Amino acid sequence: MQKVFERPKGLTDTEFAYCAGCMHSVVHRMIAETMDELDIIHNTIGVCPVGCSVFMYEYMACDIIEAAHGRAPAVATGVKRVLPDRVVFSYQGDGDLASIGTAEIVHAAARGENITVIFINNTTYGMTGGQMAPTTLIGQKSTTCPSGRDPATAGYPIKVCELLATLDGPSYLERVAPTSPAGLVKTKKAIKRAFEQQIQGKGFSLVEVLSNCPQQWKMKPIDSLKWIDEHMTAVFPPGVFLDR
Amino acid sequence: MSTMTRKLIKGNVAICHGALAARCDAFFGYPITPQNEVPEYMSWMMPDAGAVFVQAESEVAAINMVYGAACAGKRAMTSSSSPGISLKQEGISYIASCELPCVIVNVQRGGPGLGNTLPGQADYFQTVKGGGHGDYKLITLAPWSVQETYEFVPLAFDLADKYRNPVMILTDAIVGQMIETVDLHGNFEIHEYPKPWATNGARGRAHNIINSLWIAPDVMEGLNLRMQAKYAAAEQHDVRYQEYMTDDAELLLVAYGSPARICRTVVDMARDEGMKVGLLRPITLFPYPSKPIAEYAASGRRFMVVEMSHGQMVEDVRLAVNGAADVTFHGRRGGAVPTPTEILNQVRAMFGKPPVVSHYGSSGETRKGMPA
Repeated sequence: MQKVFERPKGLTDTEFAYCAGCMHSVVHRMIAETMDELDIIHNTIGVCPVGCSVFMYEYMACDIIEAAHGRAPAVATGVKRVLPDRVVFSYQGDGDLASIGTAEIVHAAARGENITVIFINNTTYGMTGGQMAPTTLIGQKSTTCPSGRDPATAGYPIKVCELLATLDGPSYLERVAPTSPAGLVKTKKAIKRAFEQQIQGKGFSLVEVLSNCPQQWKMKPIDSLKWIDEHMTAVFPPGVFLDR
Repeated sequence: MSTMTRKLIKGNVAICHGALAARCDAFFGYPITPQNEVPEYMSWMMPDAGAVFVQAESEVAAINMVYGAACAGKRAMTSSSSPGISLKQEGISYIASCELPCVIVNVQRGGPGLGNTLPGQADYFQTVKGGGHGDYKLITLAPWSVQETYEFVPLAFDLADKYRNPVMILTDAIVGQMIETVDLHGNFEIHEYPKPWATNGARGRAHNIINSLWIAPDVMEGLNLRMQAKYAAAEQHDVRYQEYMTDDAELLLVAYGSPARICRTVVDMARDEGMKVGLLRPITLFPYPSKPIAEYAASGRRFMVVEMSHGQMVEDVRLAVNGAADVTFHGRRGGAVPTPTEILNQVRAMFGKPPVVSHYGSSGETRKGMPA
């Protein structure tokens, strides 16, 4: 019998510890498939964030580094500059990338650092219990804005792709919503495209994945996907922001 | 000293020559006075040598770039001065926990806070007691001359590789900014340490993980114990210090870095007056030369510690002495530098002699030929 679906070589055989319905495992798989398809597992160094996906090092078959909170783009810079022929990517959540690590992501992008960033935006600090994130929507409830995010005291969500698109450094910026079969195909394509940009030496590439957190959003996984489509995409419209 | 390799250069520039001699692969810096010559010179010396220079967006980013380059198995380095070194502490803790070799230079200035750009030594606690979180130590080298500054960079890289631990070169604004003749001899034995742990691409082997997150307490405690075993080994094998006229000394001055230079002058002045004074200069601040200090204490010597702080290293001298001898202290702080005369006056007091009359300011320094 012909095997039509199997674990990509880019993943280890460790079982994901992510919550049921969480998109981390889906995006992890897409990165692993990309490494398989581009035959770069043995040439790739990943950098993990702090947050739920801190454990990415358990799952990726490539060499991998666990970075301090928000510092992954700086760590990736250090690796890439001394090993320019390797493929280097960071994987970061919204708290990691758009709050504590804002300086690192903006400057890595501004330098046109030839790395790939996979940015998981799920509008919450999932691991620490659902606190307000830099991307939490206005009115969205969290454990640190129990009445909903109030811009008068908590400001507005940060739109990372729009922000980085003002810079001359990045080569490829795309936001995707893997909430449907078409969205999943688009997400995989974007991730692969981002890695290819790096391999071609084009400079900084970032894919923002509108993701979910059924646990902290207190929703069924299927409802969380609907919530992305109904609420998140209005504030964070999917699309290609830069491709050059 | 060969005339071919003799140069008249600043301590900070000597750091760069030392880095090149050590075959440093990558330097990541950020501007802060009084260490600016280091990133400035590195910005052209490193590319000329086929190595990497990046001006980072912050000291935080710079130390994390060092972390990345060290993970890749390369010789990586950064430099800064006191407030910038505070910013690096998080990264230093991670680097120590991941057991990565790298070199960090602190050209100390006056503090706390923004302080000033004048010489200071008030980062001693931060450096040798662990400025970041967790139980770790930095092997720490304290040069007192431009020559040593140059030579300590290859030594620092070697110790970093040997122990898989970050090494700090703890210098100050005097040693960093002063210009001296230095022999850039380049005669260093660069040991090649295998780095099978490096995350440089898992070709032909299982993937490597560099990580400081260990959820299970027995695993995390095991890492801590392994690190402590390294520190114990460093205390066994890599204590460095220098002595000056200590054999018959009744009073030992203990100082490191530029105050040690001043104290050498004080020893000469005191000897001229018949007081038997010597100098013990710790070169490694961790591992600390506790053993020779304890031995001198046991043989009835007295101690006076001189620092450009309110008294930090003096605590390690007192720990080494362990009550067996008197330990006094003379310090200046906030960028002020002790003069030989003010130190001598405290020495004279310990020998029951009156102070030298001050003719110049409050420091007790006499300047011949200067208007009163």
